[in-house]
Amino acid sequence: MKLPRPVIPTLVALAFFGGWEWLVSSGRVNDVLVPAPSQILQWFLEALKSGELLSATWVTMRRLIIGFAIGVSLGVPLGALSAQVRWIRDTIGVLALGLQTLPSVCWVPLALLWFGIREEAVLFVVVMGTIWAVVIAVQEAVLNVPPLFLRAAQTMGSNGWHLWSHVIFPAALPGVISGMKQGWAFAWRSLMAAEIFVVIVTGFGLGSLLNAGRELLRMDQVMGVMAVVMLVGLLADLIFFAPIERWLRRSRGLAR
Amino acid sequence: MSLAPSNSSNPVALALRDVTKRFHGAAGEVTALENITLDVHEGEFLAIVGPSGCGKSTLLSLLAGLEHTNEGTIELDHEAVHAPGRDRLVMFQQDALFPWLNVLENVLFGLRLKPGLSDAERVESARYYLNLVGLGNKEKSRPHELSGGMRQRVALARSLAPNPRVLLMDEPFSALDAITREQLYSDIQEIFTKRQKTIILVTHNIREAVCLGDRVALFSPHPGRVQRVFDIQLPRPRRMNDPALATLAAEVTAELSIHLSQPS
Ligand SMILES: Nc1ncnc2c1ncn2[C@@H]1O[C@H](COP(=O)(O)OP(=O)(O)O)[C@@H](O)[C@H]1O
Ligand SMILES: [Mg+2]
Repeated sequence: MKLPRPVIPTLVALAFFGGWEWLVSSGRVNDVLVPAPSQILQWFLEALKSGELLSATWVTMRRLIIGFAIGVSLGVPLGALSAQVRWIRDTIGVLALGLQTLPSVCWVPLALLWFGIREEAVLFVVVMGTIWAVVIAVQEAVLNVPPLFLRAAQTMGSNGWHLWSHVIFPAALPGVISGMKQGWAFAWRSLMAAEIFVVIVTGFGLGSLLNAGRELLRMDQVMGVMAVVMLVGLLADLIFFAPIERWLRRSRGLAR
Repeated sequence: MSLAPSNSSNPVALALRDVTKRFHGAAGEVTALENITLDVHEGEFLAIVGPSGCGKSTLLSLLAGLEHTNEGTIELDHEAVHAPGRDRLVMFQQDALFPWLNVLENVLFGLRLKPGLSDAERVESARYYLNLVGLGNKEKSRPHELSGGMRQRVALARSLAPNPRVLLMDEPFSALDAITREQLYSDIQEIFTKRQKTIILVTHNIREAVCLGDRVALFSPHPGRVQRVFDIQLPRPRRMNDPALATLAAEVTAELSIHLSQPS
């Protein structure tokens, strides 16, 4: 007999959460340290009802999306320029390589000093998280456009901006998308770190909500926010990146 | 069946004079081509054949304007060639079809860059050439959905559609299986006789060169030079298994081995 594929994962999840619930409710595990799934769920419903969770999610998403958009719209042309112009590649390209390895939460002290405890400081951190991964990905993607495409297009009369918009960018698109995905992941992580460690008066995001839970010793809130953060990350991938990648794979037959 | 047209009385389309091309590679300077002098006449099918490394692709790049000569001149209709241009289209060894465009859009790529046409005329022309290569029913397909032979046909349609003065072909059949190749040989010959294009085909396959060329220029390597030019006076359409063709191919092969056996 062959079980449908979802059966085993469902059973494992049920056993896991059931066991967890039992360990806590029977008092074997202190619920101050580890709240039961039901307690987390209860916090989740309450926070949803009070609007607290939605407003925090909105604040965080807004920062992420604006910061990501700025990072991408600066990073794409910069990466393209860096691929095209040797001395820019040798300067900004190399700088990007270094800065990409720097967790962007390291920018927080400077950002606070430069922008004050304001929205701009958070955005700066998010932009720094996004931009370098995008620059490097775009640069590599453009440099890896098969020369054959360029030669073919040039003999057909394409050059300058037409060559960029009709050949180089479409050819580099898969690489650019995976760079954006990486930039998104970096931005998401750095934003969480910034929100948790810095009290930003201009908005109460998910990170702040998690930190508030810590201060109140409410681990149900902490773990609830963790679950939401995970969910948002998954949803972003599901709604934004996965369809684009699927479309690329289908239309170009890219093997993965 | 028609007799091979005698094109040598036609005016010269492409004129190469003492063309020399050197590369500075990792292993020092390489002379890819040395003192190449050749005339290609209007409506002529010139096949260039030689072992790999004898500068065939380099020559096509020079003709296409993708590379520049170190010495000598290349003229098309008495005008120096120094940049890529629609009047000289290239069909490459691997099909350089764009994977983000479907078949029709690929063929339209060059047409869209050609001024003085309406969009409707462009689409009509693209369809005409797709039908000519027998792929009229594939216009919505993506390149990856086609076989290697079909992709090369699309590439051929794409190179023909903007109606270039000269069609340059860089080993366009070498990645294909024998049956597909045979089919394409007859397609090319049919198109050639029908459209009276000036075609330069580069290949390392001697039989292929003899099958397709009005003339066959044999190149020798290190540095690339014209060793000998053969006139191929066989009627078209020619078939690869024609014994007369085999005899001529053997002659070219013999000439090639003379050179290869000489100590250099
Ligand atoms: N861009 C390049 N840089 C350095 N050497 C090159 C370059 N292109 C071709 N060559 C050299 O020129 C010679 C001729 O190459 P090519 O024209 O590709 O030969 P073929 O197409 O006949 O095989 C070879 O020795 C090759 O190594
Ligand atoms: Mg070659």
